[in-house]
Amino acid sequence: MAIQTSINGKPVALAAEPDTPLLWVIREELGLTGTKFGCGVAACGACTVHVNGEPTRSCSVPVSEVAGKSITTIEGLKSADGTLHAVQQAWISAQVPQCGYCQSGQIMAAVALIEKTGSPSDAQIDEAMTNICRCGTYPRIRKAIHAATGQAAKAAKPAEGAA
Amino acid sequence: MADNPTSDMQEATPAKRKGVKRRAFLIGGVAVVGAGLFGISIADSNAAKSAKASVEAAGGHSFATWLKIGEDDSITIYSPHTDIGQGSNTGLAQMLAEELDAAWDQVRVVSAPAEPAFANVGLGRAFLADMTGQPAIINGIPQSFLSFIARQMNLQMTGGSTALRFTGRVTFQNVGAATRLALIETAAKRLDVPADELTTQDSHVIHSKSGRALRYGELAAEAATLSLDNAPKLKDPSQYRIMRQSMQRLDIPAKVDGSAQYGMDFSVPEMRVATIMAAPVRGGKLTSVDTAPALAVKGVEKVIKLDDAVAVVAKGYWPAISGLRALTPEFSDGGNGGISTASIFKAQDDLIAKGEADSTAGDGDVQAGLGEKPIEATYQVPFLHHAMMEPFALTAHFKDGKLNIWGGMQDPLATKMMAVDVSGLDADDVTFHPMMIGGSFGRRLPMYMEIVAQVTKLAMQLPYPVKLIWSREEEVAQGAYRPQSSAALQASLTKEKRITAYRNDYAQPESAESETVFPYTLPAVSRRHFAHVSNQQTGAWRSVNSTQQGFYNESFMDELAHAAGEDPVVFRRNHLKAGSRHLRVLDEVAARSGWGSPLPAGTGRGVALVESFRTIVAHVIEASVGDDGMPKVHKVTTVVDAGSIVNPDAAMAQIEGGTIMGLSSAIGEAITLENGAVQQSNLADYPLLKMAGAPLVMDIHFLNSGADMGGIGEPGVPPAAPALANALFAATGKRVRNLPILTQAKA
Repeated sequence: MAIQTSINGKPVALAAEPDTPLLWVIREELGLTGTKFGCGVAACGACTVHVNGEPTRSCSVPVSEVAGKSITTIEGLKSADGTLHAVQQAWISAQVPQCGYCQSGQIMAAVALIEKTGSPSDAQIDEAMTNICRCGTYPRIRKAIHAATGQAAKAAKPAEGAA
Repeated sequence: MADNPTSDMQEATPAKRKGVKRRAFLIGGVAVVGAGLFGISIADSNAAKSAKASVEAAGGHSFATWLKIGEDDSITIYSPHTDIGQGSNTGLAQMLAEELDAAWDQVRVVSAPAEPAFANVGLGRAFLADMTGQPAIINGIPQSFLSFIARQMNLQMTGGSTALRFTGRVTFQNVGAATRLALIETAAKRLDVPADELTTQDSHVIHSKSGRALRYGELAAEAATLSLDNAPKLKDPSQYRIMRQSMQRLDIPAKVDGSAQYGMDFSVPEMRVATIMAAPVRGGKLTSVDTAPALAVKGVEKVIKLDDAVAVVAKGYWPAISGLRALTPEFSDGGNGGISTASIFKAQDDLIAKGEADSTAGDGDVQAGLGEKPIEATYQVPFLHHAMMEPFALTAHFKDGKLNIWGGMQDPLATKMMAVDVSGLDADDVTFHPMMIGGSFGRRLPMYMEIVAQVTKLAMQLPYPVKLIWSREEEVAQGAYRPQSSAALQASLTKEKRITAYRNDYAQPESAESETVFPYTLPAVSRRHFAHVSNQQTGAWRSVNSTQQGFYNESFMDELAHAAGEDPVVFRRNHLKAGSRHLRVLDEVAARSGWGSPLPAGTGRGVALVESFRTIVAHVIEASVGDDGMPKVHKVTTVVDAGSIVNPDAAMAQIEGGTIMGLSSAIGEAITLENGAVQQSNLADYPLLKMAGAPLVMDIHFLNSGADMGGIGEPGVPPAAPALANALFAATGKRVRNLPILTQAKA
């Protein structure tokens, strides 16, 4: 029986075997290849997506567990008009990626952290950002998270004023 | 092979298609084909001489590459290098665009299909047809010549931090400058003014006297018919406006929205996914396997036995890996079942103790200088896994006698040629399509690409395309590791705290001599290599032999400083030549790090200075040991002399990343062997540095010494481990002589 879920705001019925990790359903059944395979044991975080807003290492979650839940992948971060998420923009400004392979997962982890904490401290970044980057982009990831939260704070002000 | 690559360039006309020399198109001084397409010789240019000598040391000639200017002013640069994330394609584009005076926002860089363009007549035809509409022009060129040129190109690409130094400086700047001259010549004719009244800016040729300007796009077709200057005058750096600027990397936007397509992401209709397990003990063979348990997994279609591996082919990765895990294959051990980490260290120690070196370098009478009681220390470093974040993934499809392969490899030509060898097909019938690479650090070099042979063998017996994915477990178990290595160092000191003689005996598979730059001026120095080969495949790991040699020498220099009772910076300074680049780097790092200033209790400062790939890097690291026994790096101050820098921010990123990779390996990484097989299974037991372990402060400075351009991707790595070990000694009084540090912290 198909598993009903929602990916990037769209309802989908998934045909995969229930024990298939969410990662492989996203990549192979849905063709969304921005979410990466790195280790298969939830050690590296390259496969990080949001499941009901929680950062989740999709290589280690059977698709049956996400039935009825809402999943966001890197492809779903942009707004409807194609504008990049503030975190993605900060990633470009700080010139974070090198090989880039882990960065979808890093960005998804960072977005979740920022949504949870607003403006994370260095200690909160250390604790939450446990994804591996072999290129060693950590200093720039930290910088981009700080920049993105500054930007988000600024962007929020006119909106408050307008309301 | 002709000695002079430009000797027959005049033959390169469409009328003589059949017999046309391919190299005339590629490296002849005439732009022989198509509107807007330029080829240029660099063989005779002044700038080419040093690199030419380097390239030709292995035989053959230097080469050029391409640029295309569209009627719409678009500028496409075909880079022969694979940008693995180090920003080399952006840097190369900056170098060409600078000399061309191009409008930077019109510049786009694409990977040249280097392998087919240089070696594969079939795909080369397609490539040229795409750009020129003259598909037959490269028929009839000797394969050996093409292969050689492509190999040179790819050796540059993979030979260590050389993209900008060689391809950029020698070729791309000249291509840009010569093309600019051709555009000016064309404009002079069209405007009927002397060429020396014309200037160029932002992809326009400008005649300021008359206030007229022509776009490059409207000049390109005619300019492309002109002979190009083989040795154009390059700009003085004071005129630069694109080079030496931190231009945003061109590859980054696609890496933040998930759209970048890596080899892992490739897909074609009807494609199946395979995964594989090779003999756990390298050198072993597959002896038997009952395929039934895999075939019982839903989605599994086939189990394929190779000589030394078993592969499972399925509808997707999950059934493939599930099927593979259901198998209990038996492998022989190739006689290597007794090899272990301990047995390798013992064998290396025995070789050094025996004293029969395989090669010796250095000068002076070391034996006499060492005297009766030299200071001695022995060091050990383990095998290291590259841990590129994208595991190997190649897709291959054999259909109608043609084999196509897609994926990310650093040497497209070698990839293709390996597939040619394995498949038995003609070279014309094999095509490799290079894709983006999710990290390499030396792992995707041609010498260690067994996955190419594997996927070729699978594809040749399957009626559909197959993507072979290595699991992380396979990556960890079947690496091309940085060698496990041992060293015994000896030196003696005078009462005046000067080294009289210095000996570095080291055991590992290959000599490190060609990479070693020992910066200190000493009366007698000896470096002796003791060749020890195990069953493991060893390879180039970011910065290659400079990692372990940097650790040995800079740790031992620190030990000598302490033995002499002298400050480690002062001790090093006293052994460096006055006025040398090394001394300047050391002095700068000492000053910028606040060397000698007080630190909190339990925190120590360590320094290390290593030259690799013609770049000198010194780190000063502040570190302590946490309650958990884990080393904690608080701050890294770095000074880099890479001569000159093309893109300061991208260079900074490379030094940051290299430093962190060096720290990561020093702190936690080790591949160990037991019974001939690798003991680590995944990233869970191969601990890589994460955010929390990365230094919070990295203070990096570049010296623009004006020296020849050095590499930037690798030189940040080597001084990291010794600077950390020296800092920990300063903090704790305990000397780290064996890496990784974590093992000792636990012990």
